[in-house]
Amino acid sequence: MPAKTLVEKLAVLADAAKYDASCASSGSEKRKSGKGTGIGSTEGMGICHAYAPDGRCISLLKILLTNFCVFDCAYCVNRSSSNVERARFSVDEVVQLTLDFYKRNYIEGLFLSSGIIRDTDYTMEQMVEVAAALRTVHDFRGYIHLKAIPGASQDLIERAGLHADRVSVNVELPSDDSVVRLAPEKRPADIRRAMGGLRTRIEANKDLESTRARVRKFAPAGQSTQMIIGADATTDAAILDRSAMLYGSYALKRVYYSAFSPIPDATSVLPLLKPPLMREHRLYQADWLMRFYGFDRREIVEGRTDGMLDLDIDPKLAWALRARERFPVDVNTADRESLLRVPGLGVKSVDRLLSSRRHTRLRLADLGRLVKSLDAVRPFVVAADWHPGTSLDRLDLKARLAPEPRQLSLF
Amino acid sequence: MYTVDLAHETDFAGFRTAARRLVAHGVKPDAVVWRTGGGTDDLFAARQDLPPPTVAETEVRVPRAFVPLAEAVICHSAPERLSLLYRILYRFLSEPRLLEIASDPDVAIARRMEKSVGRDVHKMHAFVRFRELATPDGPHFIAWFEPEHFIEERAAGFFARRFAPMRWSILTPRRSIHWDLESLAFGPGARREDAPADDAAEALWLTYFASIFNPARLKVKAMTAEMPRKYWRNLPEAALIPDLIAGAEARVQSMIAAPPTEAPAHHHRLRARGETLMETAAETDIARLRAEADGCRRCPLWAGATQTVFGEGPDTAQVVFVGEQPGDKEDLAGRPFVGPAGQVFDEAVAEAGIDRTLYYVTNAVKHFKNEPRGKRRIHKKPNGAEIEACRWWLAQELQIIKPKLIVALGGTALQSLLDRPVKITELRGQFLEFQDDTTVFPTVHPSYLLRLPDPDLKARERQRFVDDLKRVAERIGVLA
Repeated sequence: MPAKTLVEKLAVLADAAKYDASCASSGSEKRKSGKGTGIGSTEGMGICHAYAPDGRCISLLKILLTNFCVFDCAYCVNRSSSNVERARFSVDEVVQLTLDFYKRNYIEGLFLSSGIIRDTDYTMEQMVEVAAALRTVHDFRGYIHLKAIPGASQDLIERAGLHADRVSVNVELPSDDSVVRLAPEKRPADIRRAMGGLRTRIEANKDLESTRARVRKFAPAGQSTQMIIGADATTDAAILDRSAMLYGSYALKRVYYSAFSPIPDATSVLPLLKPPLMREHRLYQADWLMRFYGFDRREIVEGRTDGMLDLDIDPKLAWALRARERFPVDVNTADRESLLRVPGLGVKSVDRLLSSRRHTRLRLADLGRLVKSLDAVRPFVVAADWHPGTSLDRLDLKARLAPEPRQLSLF
Repeated sequence: MYTVDLAHETDFAGFRTAARRLVAHGVKPDAVVWRTGGGTDDLFAARQDLPPPTVAETEVRVPRAFVPLAEAVICHSAPERLSLLYRILYRFLSEPRLLEIASDPDVAIARRMEKSVGRDVHKMHAFVRFRELATPDGPHFIAWFEPEHFIEERAAGFFARRFAPMRWSILTPRRSIHWDLESLAFGPGARREDAPADDAAEALWLTYFASIFNPARLKVKAMTAEMPRKYWRNLPEAALIPDLIAGAEARVQSMIAAPPTEAPAHHHRLRARGETLMETAAETDIARLRAEADGCRRCPLWAGATQTVFGEGPDTAQVVFVGEQPGDKEDLAGRPFVGPAGQVFDEAVAEAGIDRTLYYVTNAVKHFKNEPRGKRRIHKKPNGAEIEACRWWLAQELQIIKPKLIVALGGTALQSLLDRPVKITELRGQFLEFQDDTTVFPTVHPSYLLRLPDPDLKARERQRFVDDLKRVAERIGVLA
């Protein structure tokens, strides 16, 4: 078998990496290049340099170092029992590819993960070597996200965090039982320990930074995690419970939800279906409500007996329709908390609304200039020249507010 | 009627000079015509049509937020941006806090223009694609780009900060931007043909773009919302999009329809090897117990915690300290008494003169019971059933260690040991007979000391705690 060319390896190892949802490159420290330095900068907000037809942002060169793997996780394209094509990059190849892409402004940096070869530490060490070469040999100042392998030695995690902007550990599935069943070599407790260790280390660094001027940053963009949705029977209520636990315990920047999606050469253990994209979207919306809108996860999932979110309408509207007695809300007098609960009012709209109403009494037309869709907001608010009357009591309110069901269209 | 000709599209200095004078004279917005790019760079021409200079023009005040807003809006391609900015400036005379009224029509339009300019800058940062050109001075990276607004100057700094060690140029129809490793220079507009037509790395980039796309997640609208078609002609990867979309459904169907295959030989070898791998056997009884407790699910608390936090210390200890349950820090570290309460405990024990090698510390409940609250979690007291479920482990720890003395730190520990709810205040400081010639000595939990708000009371209570521990020290001395 002839050795694979770089482009052939890239095709295999990018394909193998695409099931990881995260491509974020935001929220790190500020860095820039200068005379006599290596290239690269990070300025707070990451940049999506392209979008694939799946609507996902391409911000980083997201690849695996290798898709050879000794684990046999049923949901994974790279599991040992799969017959997919295998490839392995050398450390130098990944470094060069990252630099070549970066110089052409294709990417913000690198997101490197890997199948497990030999053992955990060997694999982790290879990934750390890529990051170390980029930072120390090439003085690369762009973004690096490294996947940490649960169970890797503390020393390797330490080196990973000193080179990378973000280090993440995937919880894989929303319940421990599912992990045990579908990823038999993975141990949920190891995954949690790894996340706990990262939080402890990141916080210790923050403490040091507050007392000393020059401290080497450790994973300045924090940690995140991902869980696959729809590969097991976990309900949305249980998923949101798990997310709340993860956010509360490990100071995560994000929990990513990744709809289980068909893979080549799937196992009969997990039959393939269309990925539950709408469900994934609703979970992100619910996640947002918990983190930025003051919702308790129980408020979001109450009202349905199956523990699932409504797919037809967003979770905020679903909540508002259940809690109609809390509406209408007067946009000229209501407090911030109540305004944030109005369907169609986002955090920015509410801030602008609060600022505006100090100087003027808001009419419906004013509101129209503050929100994206007045139609969404109108039934739930009172303005100087507007009252929804009894329309809030209409039984068909949901039908009137739900978007028209539409087929996805090819273009 | 006044006419103002600005030197170029984004001549903010010219706008500011003219607008100051006009507003100082109280010239109404509809009495000014604003023009740009009239083919003249002659600033005198711009001034000819203005009212005479006045001292008042140096006194024109605007809200602090106006300057950054105006600097952005002036880059918008809409010709009416200048009259809009002047109208807002004029309205400050009677409405100095106008900018705070986001619902005002003028403010709303200005903010929308600002946002549109910001987005265009962001998209330029995202969608510029450099192509490498070999020159005698080394590689020169050149890009052709067509922004929607007049943003070249505004967007250039980002590229200088990011690509400082590279020689690069970005060419647009209106402007060209050059970086010579030292400084930025702006020149006249260019043509697409002035940039290289290809680049060696582009084939790799196209391969990456095609491979990272997941055909089962086709969301064309989400893509075009963020990468509008107007940018496609300058994005090499965009040429792949129609075929990727057209082939997506068939690819998904073939994945779903494909029958399961026989696992490759290396998989079977791995599995065979895996089965022979044995967990390293624990060497002592306590180590065995610890390993067993690691997977404990005797009560539901495991689900909300990171790990079982087992006891720590020599298995020959004469004293066992039993706390309530691990806290946030203990849960993360997997070790008991390493958080704030642990610190209080360590100091008090040292002060009482108890040798670290003499005692073992553990908790009545081995998982951290908590309630997530946003970015943190709140400690919750374990209930009777949870204490009961976890006594299984504590009892075995005590059986293996066989301490002479057990110190119950707080009510939960005492409840677990005595198997009934008890008030710590009633039994504190007494040596209670326990099974197998062991004595139980109840005192407070160190976290109680942390919760006391009054510093005097805190100091007194701390001393009482240390005194309790001194009695423990004496007792061990007696026992020894």
